Amino acid sequence: MTPKRKQRLMMVCLMLCGVGVAVAFGVNAFKQNIMLFHSPSDVAAGAVKPGQPFRVGGMVIDGSVKRSSEDLAVTFELTDHAKNIPVSFTGILPDLFREGQGIVAMGAIDEEGTFIASEVLAKHDENYMPPEVAEALEKAGKMPGTRANFDSKTVQP
Amino acid sequence: MYRFADRLAPWLAGLCVLCLVAGLYLGLVVAPADYEQGDSYRIIYIHVPAAWMSMFVYVVMATSSAVFLIWRLKIADMVALASAPIGAAFTAVALLTGSFWGKPMWGTWWIWDARLTSELLLLFLYLGYLALRGALETPQSASKAAAILAIVGVVNIPIIHFSVEWWNTLHQPATITKFDKPSMHISMLRPLLLMVLAFQLLYFHNLMVRVRALILQRENRASWVAELAEKNHV
Repeated sequence: MTPKRKQRLMMVCLMLCGVGVAVAFGVNAFKQNIMLFHSPSDVAAGAVKPGQPFRVGGMVIDGSVKRSSEDLAVTFELTDHAKNIPVSFTGILPDLFREGQGIVAMGAIDEEGTFIASEVLAKHDENYMPPEVAEALEKAGKMPGTRANFDSKTVQP
Repeated sequence: MYRFADRLAPWLAGLCVLCLVAGLYLGLVVAPADYEQGDSYRIIYIHVPAAWMSMFVYVVMATSSAVFLIWRLKIADMVALASAPIGAAFTAVALLTGSFWGKPMWGTWWIWDARLTSELLLLFLYLGYLALRGALETPQSASKAAAILAIVGVVNIPIIHFSVEWWNTLHQPATITKFDKPSMHISMLRPLLLMVLAFQLLYFHNLMVRVRALILQRENRASWVAELAEKNHV
């Protein structure tokens, strides 16, 4: 390699390192803004004030979904396997919404600590299988979990 | 180089069509429905290959840009230029199909989630690259400036890939990873891999055709180009 080319190679490497470090700092500084949602643990730790809009994400606790008999109101509890948060929502839920499913809700907490949601989105996991296989795995108690565990990425204020 | 591209192109096209037909048939007809998402998961057979290719093409583009900057190989610059519109198209397809998938499953067309936003940024990088090449007067300075942009933009690739693991996102984590067993049933996985291969071949075929055209354009005063034109009665 001629010295000229070596020099150019060094320049390209330096440029990549520089930009990489700059982006890493930038992304780290904006961590709180890049996180799409807060976990129930964050909310319990007081990351957001009542009335301040934000997103919360977690698993719908089995048996916690209560539907109103008159309108579309529904209440349920979300968990990140550490803390829970009660959620109330009036409107049409996505098809994938069910107990044990991960969801992300937009809204704000009221004075009592209930999350009043204005929008509920379903988060599906990365597992794909035919219904028969799912049934068999369920029976054997070997249903694969998702790696998107809601408790590993909390943002403390 | 021209002859190499010329000979390779039809083979790539044939193989690509073969994989595409087999992959689509196995994916849309033979593969079973998903236990949770039913038939709508089948858009994965377009979405995942397109998203994978959007990143792969960018890495090719950035690598050949680096080769061009260091060794001043004209052909590397042509590969980068030829790749940009193909990569942009793959990115647009990934974003659009993702949107069509997001509406019925998540309940929204679009969300400013780290994965979706970084993929959109990738589309802008491709478009910016093409715009920069078009904006500068002399081809030499345009090649150099665009190559630098392509190399700088490559830092976005790991961000796209790891976005679903570093941050909270609505997008689910990767189904196929190098280290884990893929979390997809084999009957659904096989057509997906075939489709990835088909998209890969589609890219290489397109690349060959485009590079061939770029060589002709750049060498339009060379005697062998004149001979070729004569022979084909152009």
